[in-house]
Formats: sequence, C-alpha cells, structure tokens
Amino acid sequence: MIQLTINGKSLEVHEGRSLLEACREHSIHIPTLCFHPALEPYGACRLCVVELVTGGRSRLVASCVHPCEEGAVVNTDSEVVKRSRRMTAELILAGSYNTPEILALGEELGVKEVRFKLPEENACMLCGLCVRACKEIVGVSAISVIQRGIAKKVSTPFQVASSRCIGCGTCVLICPTGAFKFTSVIGLRYISPSESAYRLGYYRVGSELDLHPNFVEDVPALLSGSSSGEEA
Amino acid sequence: MSRLQSIQEFQAWQANLEAGWDGDKPCLRVCDGTGCRALGSQKVLAGLRKEIQNAKLDTPIEVIGTGCPGFCECGPLITIYPQRISYQRVMPEHLSDIVQRTLKNGEIIEDFLYTDPQTGEHIHREPDLPFYQKQKRLVLDMNGKIDPTQIEDYVALGGYKALKKVLIGMTPEQVISEIKASGLRGRGGAGFPAGLKWELCRKNVQKVGTGYIICNGDEGDPGAFMDRSVVEGNPHLMIEGMVIGAYAIGVNQGFVYIRTEYPLAVENLRNAIRQAEETGLLGIDILGSGIDFNLSVRLGAGAFVCGEETALLASIEGRIGEPHPRPPYPTESGLWGKPTNINNVETWANVPIILNMGSQEYAKIGTEKSKGTKIFSVVGKINNTGLVEVPMGISLREVIYDVGGGIPNGKQIKAVQIGGPSGGCIPAEHLDVHIDYESLTALGAIMGSGGMVVTDEDTCMVDFARYFMTFVQEESCGKCVPCRIGTKAMLGTLERICAGKGQPGDVDYLLELGEDIRRSSLCGLGQTAPNPVLSTIRYFRDEYEAHIYDKTCLAKVCKGLITYRVIPEKCTGCMVCLRNCTNNAISGARKEVHSINTDLCTRCGVCMNMCKFKAILVQ
Repeated sequence: MIQLTINGKSLEVHEGRSLLEACREHSIHIPTLCFHPALEPYGACRLCVVELVTGGRSRLVASCVHPCEEGAVVNTDSEVVKRSRRMTAELILAGSYNTPEILALGEELGVKEVRFKLPEENACMLCGLCVRACKEIVGVSAISVIQRGIAKKVSTPFQVASSRCIGCGTCVLICPTGAFKFTSVIGLRYISPSESAYRLGYYRVGSELDLHPNFVEDVPALLSGSSSGEEA
Repeated sequence: MSRLQSIQEFQAWQANLEAGWDGDKPCLRVCDGTGCRALGSQKVLAGLRKEIQNAKLDTPIEVIGTGCPGFCECGPLITIYPQRISYQRVMPEHLSDIVQRTLKNGEIIEDFLYTDPQTGEHIHREPDLPFYQKQKRLVLDMNGKIDPTQIEDYVALGGYKALKKVLIGMTPEQVISEIKASGLRGRGGAGFPAGLKWELCRKNVQKVGTGYIICNGDEGDPGAFMDRSVVEGNPHLMIEGMVIGAYAIGVNQGFVYIRTEYPLAVENLRNAIRQAEETGLLGIDILGSGIDFNLSVRLGAGAFVCGEETALLASIEGRIGEPHPRPPYPTESGLWGKPTNINNVETWANVPIILNMGSQEYAKIGTEKSKGTKIFSVVGKINNTGLVEVPMGISLREVIYDVGGGIPNGKQIKAVQIGGPSGGCIPAEHLDVHIDYESLTALGAIMGSGGMVVTDEDTCMVDFARYFMTFVQEESCGKCVPCRIGTKAMLGTLERICAGKGQPGDVDYLLELGEDIRRSSLCGLGQTAPNPVLSTIRYFRDEYEAHIYDKTCLAKVCKGLITYRVIPEKCTGCMVCLRNCTNNAISGARKEVHSINTDLCTRCGVCMNMCKFKAILVQ
C-alpha cells in the first residue's frame, strides 16, 4: 500500500494505481473525456489534470496516466486545477460548440464564454477511445488517427473503406459524443441493425458482407458508462 | 583495410596515420557542407580540380571537401594550405584566377579576402578572422580540417583515442563518473545532466538485462543546423561518443534518429558507420575487447514533434509520432519497453572530448552549473550568419558583436530569440547576460538546442511571435487539447492583431491561454509552445498595444496596418514601380507623378525597394 495526501486527507491506495483510479476509489470526482476503464489511459484530453506538489513546486499532471507515488501531495480541486480544466473545456468547445455532451461539460466546469471558435464544428474531439477500443479490445486496428495538429482526425488507412473492419460497432458504441458513425469506417457498406440498436446492446447482424459484430455483448466494461466516459 | 583485431593493432594503425598526417601539407580545403553546397561549392570543388590539373603545377595540390567550419555567411569558403589563406564567396568563374595567381604565383587576391566591416582591413589568414577569435572549438574543431568521408583523417587527428582509453583501463562506472564529473548537460534542450541519465539507465539495464541508446538528430528548430553540421562534418566524433556510451551503459544496440531532410548528413553518417564497422570500431567484438555494439540509422520524416523523446521512440518503433506521458521515463521504459538512454548529437559528440581532455580540464570551461562549450547557429539580422561554438558563460553581446560581427546596415538590435519555437526572446537591454542554462531560463528564454535568431529595429515582435506560433501550431501532433486547439487559438488572436483587428483584452487572453497551454500540455512541445508569445509580451507589450489600440505597426511590417504612398515631390515618373508592381496597383504615365491604389496594393514593398528616388513611403 502507498500513502498519499489528496486534498489534505491522508489516503492509502494499492501500488500501481493511477492518481485517477485512487481518487475514484475514494469517491473524489475528476472529470474525464478520453478515459475509459477498459482501455489503456491516453492522457490527451487534459481534463483530469490535478495539482501535484513536490518539493515546494506545484505542477499539473494528467491523473489518468500519472502513477501514485509514496508521499505524494495532490490537489484535485485547487484554483489552478479549476482554471486549467475550465480553459481546456473552453478549447474543446472551440471545436465542438454544438455537441450536447461537450456543452454540458463546459457548464459543469464553469465555462462562461467561448472566446475562440474553429471555423468548422466537429463533435469529434479526438479522445481516441474508438481507436484504442478497436486496437486493444477488438484487436483489429482498423482505424487510427491520421495527420497532425488541427488537421488530425480518426480514419481508416488511406481514408478508404477498410477491409480490416469487421463492422462490430465498438467504435460507435464507445464514442462519447456520437461523432463516430458507421459510415466513418465502412463507407458504403450496408449495416444492420441500426446504430441505436448497438447502443442497446444488440449483437445480431445481417449485412450483405456477413460482418460479425457480436463482440459488444462479450465486453460489459464497454457498455458501462460509455456515453459519458465516466466510470460506472 | 582489414578489420582490426586488437587494441595493439589499432594503436599501430593510429600511430602510422598520425605520423603520416601533415597539417601543413599544401592543399585546398573547400567547405562542402550543406550551406556552402547551396551556394555552389560542388561546382567550385570540381572546377578547382580541373583547373589545377590543367595548370600543370610544379607540385600537385590536393583539393579536399570538408565539413562546415561555420562561417556560412561568406561561403563558399576555400582555405589554402600551408599558409591558411582564407578565400570567401568563391564562385566558379573565380577559379582560374585563384589557380593562376595564388597557387602558381603566390599572389594574394584581395577581392576574395574577408574585409573587417569596422576597419576596412583585409584579413589574409583563416586563424586571424575575427569570427573565430572568441570561439572555443572543441566539437567543431575538426570540421574544416578533415574529409568527413575518410575515417583515416579522423583517426590521424586522435580519433577513437578516447574509446581506446576506455577499453584499456576504465570500468563502465569510471566512465560514468567521469562524465558526471565533467558537468556535461544535455545539449538538446532541457539540460539534464548526461552522466546522471547514463547512471539511471545503466541501473535499469542491469535489472532488465537489455536496453538501447539513441542519438537524437531530429533537429527541427527554424534556423538551427548545429547537429546537421556535426554529423555532416565529423560523424565519427558522435559515433565514438555512442560506442563509449554503449560500453558505459551496458547495451549493444544503438540508433541514430535523423531527419530525411538532411541527405548529406545521412550519407556521411551511413558511410562513417560502414567504415567504423569495417575497421572493427563498431559491431561485434570491438577491437578484440569482447564488446559488441551495433549502430543503425532510422530516418524521421521531418515532424518537429519527433524530436520529443517519447514521440521519437514511437517513431522508431513504427508507430505514429505522438508523445506519451512520462513517467515512465525512457531510462526506465523506452524503446520496446526497454531502458533507453537518449542524448542528442552534440551531447554524444562531447563524450570523446571529455575523456580525452579529462573531466577536470573540461569542467574548467564554462560556469558553475553549465560546463563546456555550446554550438549556436546565429541567424537573422546579423552580419556573420553561421555556426559558432563558444564557451558557456560568454555574454550574449560577445556572441552577437564580436563573433557575429554585429547587425547589418547600421541598424539597432532589438532582441535575440534563443531556443527556437520553444524558447523566448532576450531584449537588447539584457545583452550582457551570460549564456548558461539558468540565466537564460530566468529571462524567459531557454538554451534549447542552440538556435539564435537576431532581430533588429525593422522586425515587428508581434509578427515575429506570430511566425513561431504558426510553426508550432503546424507542428503540434494534435494529441492533447491545449496544444492542438490552444495554439490555434493563440495563432488566431495574433493573426487578428497583425491584421489590425486586435481588441482590448487580447493581450490578457494570450497570457491566460499561454499559461494554460504551458501548464497543461502533454509534452515538451506544448509546454514550451507559448514561450515566444509570452516572452514578447513580457518585453514588448507596447508593440502589442500599439497594434491593438493605435492600429499601428511600429516596425512597419504588419500588412493590415501599413499603407504605401507616393511622395509627389520626389516621384520622377520613371514607371519602374509601375512595371514591377505585382498586382497592377500603381497608375500613372511617363514623367507624371504615379499613385498607388491602396485597395489593390498587396503591401509587398517591391515598389519601395525598386524606387531609386526614395519616392515611396510606408506608413
């Protein structure tokens, strides 16, 4: 067991836990977008930042990827943490300004005004859940992120319908903002049942290409809290 | 030659080469680095060989292509040995003159000599050039002397002696403590003590049983070319450093990650690795010592973020060049999850130098916390554009004025940007700062890898910050939100200010955003990306405010805030501006005063540059 201090309280956690896991075990709320308990942490959305104080110096670290260290002093709710999360949420809103999930997040974190907007609205904020689920759980890696910077997006190799995709729908299911559509991966292939059916947990499929998206039901972790990114 | 089987064989070979090396042998050394090549040094090399052949000289004179000695401003450079006469800006049409007059008749042609801009004096010999006077050339010492494609040249000048010393009588621990005692800090940016990193890595390698070392040659700062010139001009120095590092850390596989945009460096490096393997200085059982070290080259596709060590690892592994959060640090879990020690080219190149001169001697150079020398590429508004290697602790003023030769056209210096897009600017009032890691950080800049961009009174600092922000915004990998969207938001705001559409509150927004990106980004790229903006606001806030409130660009750079106008009293109606206008914005007839249509004018400034009568004004 490791001793650490979170928000002034001394806590004991198991070795090998991330700061986020430790906080959630002790019911300390930390917002996340790119985190999912079934997947490797990614550290990209920066909403889960917490203040780590070492040797009198404080810095922000992403709690989803930062390990618990003996004697660590952590603040999850200090002014600097709140300010950072608010600005990060404002920046996510700069690209996803009509997405209900992101609007709710902005409200929760106290964003009053979005001072900068990207010319095109996009519900995908590159949390990478779909990519990681496809790789780590489905084991297919049909999708990846391509390009870099502001042009970065999720796509198949060469941006053409992927022959690797088995049409399991995991990406659609795990997407927290509904940005991922079936057509994003499989292009013009006809898929049944409908997208909403996947969200209900159906797994029977009858497409003309005989895809086998029966995967979803086998992995309950994916279904739990998939739409908000929060742990169930 | 055949592979050397033992240290004795190496010693004999080296002694032989040393004895055969004549530093005063009559020859012509022509810089064949990328900078001089761009100015035509390949034609000069070929032309010289042909001219010399045709001239039928009494004694044959060899023409040697060398690495970059650093004085890029005056290239292509030729040094004539044994006198060491330095000819500059030599073009193919000058070659017969040089061969006939200088080589045949011993005449010095003043036209090709360096002229001191202050005194007007011609300087004959290379060692007397003011550019070299305040430099301390350890890493760059052999650039300009040796042929980088010949391992024999390097060995003749003492190359691989440090490796021999290590193999004969030093334990890995002794090597590490020597590097620690030297005070060498990473030359790539953050300045982490190299010996300490080696020690951490060695411990982990011993635990796991395997590991790697990597040379980071992904130099990407705009205007920086230190590492390129070291790899091009003296690749064996870095290779020797890596072999010693591999021995000390206890690994037998290394990688050099270098960008494809450096074709000459890649060519010379691959050639050098092959030569070192053929001579038994690299590969299996190095010099019969039982130590194996294999070195491979990995080419990067030119993404700036791949200079960040975790992104570099991903790139070598064949994954997307995206950084991942630390910890774990590469020394614990790096390439393919194994302990990995990453240093940049210049750091590795310092290793043989330290072992040859001894850590005590090395530690005498520099300041208390910053030891040794540092190579800077000095570019921008400066007379002697080029590469300089100076001791740590030298003042910035000495680098700019004594080595760099000051600012062209009698202009006033405004600031020096140090550390590229991750660094910050140091304004003219702080020019006396001593160059070391801590002093630069205190002023809001960083040592970085050593890019130095000089700006003068004609540089708009808002536009300058906008340039660097454009760069980092394009080079952001896009993984984390603050860097991907935050830099875009900062750039958008800067573009608005430069276009004359700045609003009250913009500067505060930039500061707030910059602070957030700095604190919450995932990797070093994002954490330092706002620095150029934050440091220009810190020192030149008045320029930002002039753009926003007065709608004026004091340096007359920002196109949205300037207009070009014809001064009627001065215009002679010569039609030159009219004919050269890129957008047909100038009207008028011969011998009549012209006028500029500001709606059509693109503010390119061609008219002003072309006008002989100074009849065009920018406001």
